[in-house]
Order: sequence, then structure tokens, then C-alpha cells
Amino acid sequence: MSRSRSSVTLVLLTLALVAVMAVALMVGGGSITPEQTFRALATHVGLPVEPLPRLADSVVWQLRTPRVVLAAVAGAGLAACGCVLQAVTRNALADPYLLGISSGASTGAVLALTVGLGAGAVSVAGGALVGGITAFALVFALMGRGLVSSTRIVLTGVVVGQLFSAVTSLIVTAWGDADSTRSLTYWLLGSLAAARWSSVLLCIGVVAVAVAAFQLVSPSLDALAFGHDSATSMGINVRTVRLVVLLGAAAATATIVAAVGAIGFVGLIVPHAARLLVGPRHKVLLPVSAASGAVFLVAADLAGRLAFAPQQIPVGVVTALLGVPVFLLILRRQDAR
Amino acid sequence: MKAGSTTILEDVDVSVAAGQVLGVIGPNGSGKSTLVRCLAGITPADSGTVTLDGDVLTDLGVRGVARRLAFVGQAEHTDIDHRVDDVVRLGRLPHRGRFGGATAADTTICEAALAAVGLGGFGSRHWNGLSGGERQRVHIARALAQEPHVLILDEPLNHLDIHHQFELLDLLRALPTTVVIVLHDIPLAARYCDELLVLDEGRAVAAGAPADVLSPTLIADVFRVQADVKKSDRQVSVELVGTLTSATTE
Repeated sequence: MSRSRSSVTLVLLTLALVAVMAVALMVGGGSITPEQTFRALATHVGLPVEPLPRLADSVVWQLRTPRVVLAAVAGAGLAACGCVLQAVTRNALADPYLLGISSGASTGAVLALTVGLGAGAVSVAGGALVGGITAFALVFALMGRGLVSSTRIVLTGVVVGQLFSAVTSLIVTAWGDADSTRSLTYWLLGSLAAARWSSVLLCIGVVAVAVAAFQLVSPSLDALAFGHDSATSMGINVRTVRLVVLLGAAAATATIVAAVGAIGFVGLIVPHAARLLVGPRHKVLLPVSAASGAVFLVAADLAGRLAFAPQQIPVGVVTALLGVPVFLLILRRQDAR
Repeated sequence: MKAGSTTILEDVDVSVAAGQVLGVIGPNGSGKSTLVRCLAGITPADSGTVTLDGDVLTDLGVRGVARRLAFVGQAEHTDIDHRVDDVVRLGRLPHRGRFGGATAADTTICEAALAAVGLGGFGSRHWNGLSGGERQRVHIARALAQEPHVLILDEPLNHLDIHHQFELLDLLRALPTTVVIVLHDIPLAARYCDELLVLDEGRAVAAGAPADVLSPTLIADVFRVQADVKKSDRQVSVELVGTLTSATTE
């Protein structure tokens, strides 16, 4: 995989992302023409164009734009987290939810829904964030001090995830009513429908910092491929690298899950697809994973909006439906080598 | 050095002079791997210190150690299909600045390292397509790319064709690098090492030049095989005859 081919791939992915985001912005209810969409965006960016009437402008700027941007950021974040977690745990099946975070977030969300803390969407997101972070803190505490094996990280994450899933089910069956159960189910499937600028900006901030941190340690991630001892003998401080990755992934995942629910498959599959495109060097694999994840999720959300219009399919359903055949394709491609 | 309630190594005192090849030999379970991993700074010792060129290893930090000392362990396995040149280039990591990328000098060093182990031109090959011996040699090339003063190898001859075993030992002896190598093959150890350390059940049984250390008695005691040892002009040749009961005693 030559260096120039990697750059070309990254450029193409960026162009694809811009294109799919543009299409996603122009599609949707409210009979807004592409020209009007452009005018609404340009107004908010500060270009001197004639603004749209308030309602149309809200549809574009308050509904569609945050949704599309959030899809891109969440897709990028989940894929990047999956990529680095697969490296650190040396496990091809690792994904961001490995650390128990989505289960913890679900518990937090359902508590907010049934107990009714605060009002509406903000409390659900807040509950999810707190729940996600709590779950990860528990995983971190149970993981053990010192240089634990990759398997132990995976197992601890699985166990804590199961625990929180059980608690979620308990709360739902014991105290949930039909409404909150339905809301929770919808939330668990992963949906971008409730995207607002506040959550989007928070996600952008956290994901950007996390991905930047991952990129800094990306050469060390290559060294981890052969195990801790090899990596140590190459001068890598394995504990530090692991800490950066786990904390970054936990923060990014918790923020994303709080904003959009548990969208599956992106963190697991996209890094594998990216590896087929550009090879395993993390310095290139990480940005390509992130860009691919962004394209994938924006496209999946678009498909969810269009496939059974006007009914909106939650994006988590689309990623799972798309994810399985993509995964099989990847497996076949690997066998063919 | 203990693991649980078992003492793996006890009272081992070893020093290697610059440029020498020290062979660590002993039966399985004698603590050879543990010892070299301690020396390489991979596994910390419970008591005692390791010094490198006069500096205490733990003071140097992981990067500091990696700049001067390279370690090749046993069976370092991965599922990821890396390119050979990317693996070798990992050896340059300790020498790069925190944000530095690969330089042209790095590429030259890596190519030379691959050529030294007989894998010149293998750079674009992929990990999954390599044999066990080829993978082993790539790991050694990676260690050479670190440009170490000290090279520590844990049973590097496993998986290698005899031809490659001799090639590797010739290379190690020719290098100005100090080498610590764990070997199972006593005749090869006798022939290629400047110094030997014999371990048995976690203790150092003998240390010194092969001519001084190896004798049929020691080999019988430690390895429980009958051997003929011929010494001529500081060269030692060992021929393993058979088990203690089957061969006739001297």
C-alpha cells in the first residue's frame, strides 16, 4: 500500500463525504429545493445571500443540518473508536460497545425515562452519558492494575455490559409503562431524529479530541500487533497507550451514544473495510476508518429516511441490515487472499 | 524472581562484555526465558538490578532502553497482514522524535537489516504469506533496525532451516553488537558463543568460556545426556551421543 495511494483514498473519501452530506441535506420533507437549501446554509455561514423564510430556514438549519453533521461525526467517532480498540485488545471483534458503554448508557437513559428526571430529551441524553461513563469506570476498575492481558479487557467489558443490560431490562419490566418502553426501544435502535445543535457541538468537540489523540499514538498501535512484550521492546509504553485509547474511546462513545443511541456495526465493520482498502498501518487506517464511518452513517441515515418515506427507519436498523452483507463480503474477500 | 509461589530464578549474576556473544543454555524450565526477559527490561525482577552500559535499566525508561537494546521473543504472533517493511520499520520507532515520521535514512537501515537476515527484496511481501522461519527472520531484522548496542534473542533458531541457523549465528558473531542468545542446541552454542551461562532449575550452574564450562560431566548433570567434548585451541566441539542409560560410560 503505497503512501500516495493512501492519500488518494483519503481525498476520494472526503469528496464522497461532502457529496453524500450535500445530498442528505437536500432530501427530506418540506418541499425545499436544493437552491433554497444552499441559501439557508450560506446565510448561516455568513455569505451575503437572500435568506429563506423562517420556517424553511428552520427545516434546513435546525433539523436537517444538525442531523447530517451528527451522522458524520458519530460515524467517524464510532469507526475510529472501533479501529483503535481492535488494535489495543488485539481482537478483530472489538467495537466501541465492548467497554460496556452502550449498556450503561441504556441503563442511564431508561432511568431518566421512567424516573422522569428533568424534562424530555435532555434528561435522556444526560442519563445516557452518566450511565455510559459509570459503566466504563466500572470496567476500568475491574480490569486490574498493571499490564493486564487484552483478553481480560474484553471479558471485563462483556461482563459489565451484561450487568447493565440486565439492570435495564429489570427497570423496564418492573417500572416501565408502554410509552417509556417504546421510547427506549426506539432509542436503543439508534436514531438521529432528535439531533440538535447542542448535542452536535458537544459530539464534535469530544470526537475531535479523541481522534486527534488516537492519531498521535497511531504508530504505537502498529507495534501492539505483536503483543505487549514486543511493543515494550520497541520502546512503547504500553500502559500509557492503552490508557489514552480506552479513555478516549470511552469519552467519545459515551457522548455519541448519549446523542444518538446505540448504533451498531459501524465501529465493528468499518475498520475492517478500511483495512481492506488501505492496509493495517494505523497512521493511515485511522483517518480512513473515520472518513469511511462518516460516509457510511450519513448514507445509512439517508437510506433510512428515503426507503419507506414518509416513515423513518431508525439508522441503527439500517446499519445492521447493511452491516451483515458487508461483513460477509469482507470475510469472503479475506478468504480469497 | 517468583511467579506465584514458585521461584523461577534465584541468585543469578551475569555480565556480558561489549561485543561478546553470550549463550544461555539449560533444560526447559530452567528460567532461561525469564532471565533474558529480565535482562531486556520486559519483565521486572523482584530483586536485583540490571545495568546497561553502566546505567540502571529502570532509570532509562522504555524508549531509552529500546534505543540501545533490542529483544526478539519467542513466537510473536499476529493475525494482521502487515507488510514486511512496515514490521521492520517498527524497529525505528525508538529513534524517532515524538511526532517524527519515517525518514530516508530509516528506509536504508531497514533494507540493510532485511538483507542481513537474507530477506533482501522481501519488503513488499505480506505477513500471512511468510513461513515460520521467514517471520522469525523478519523479527530479527526489526531488532537489527533498532541499531542496538545489545541484542537479546530468546530461542531465535526455532523454526529455522539449518542453513538459516548457521547464517544467523555467523551474522550475530560478525556484528559488533553484544548478543545474549538463548539456545537449545549445545553443539551450536559451544561453537558460536564467546561465553556461556548454564542454568538449571533457576540457578546459574556454570558461567565462562565454552572450553571452561562444557564437560561431559556437566552436560550429563544438567541435560541428562551423554556427550563427547573435544577441546582444541580454545575451540570446543560437542557431540551428543545419547541418553545416559543407553550410551556406554567413559
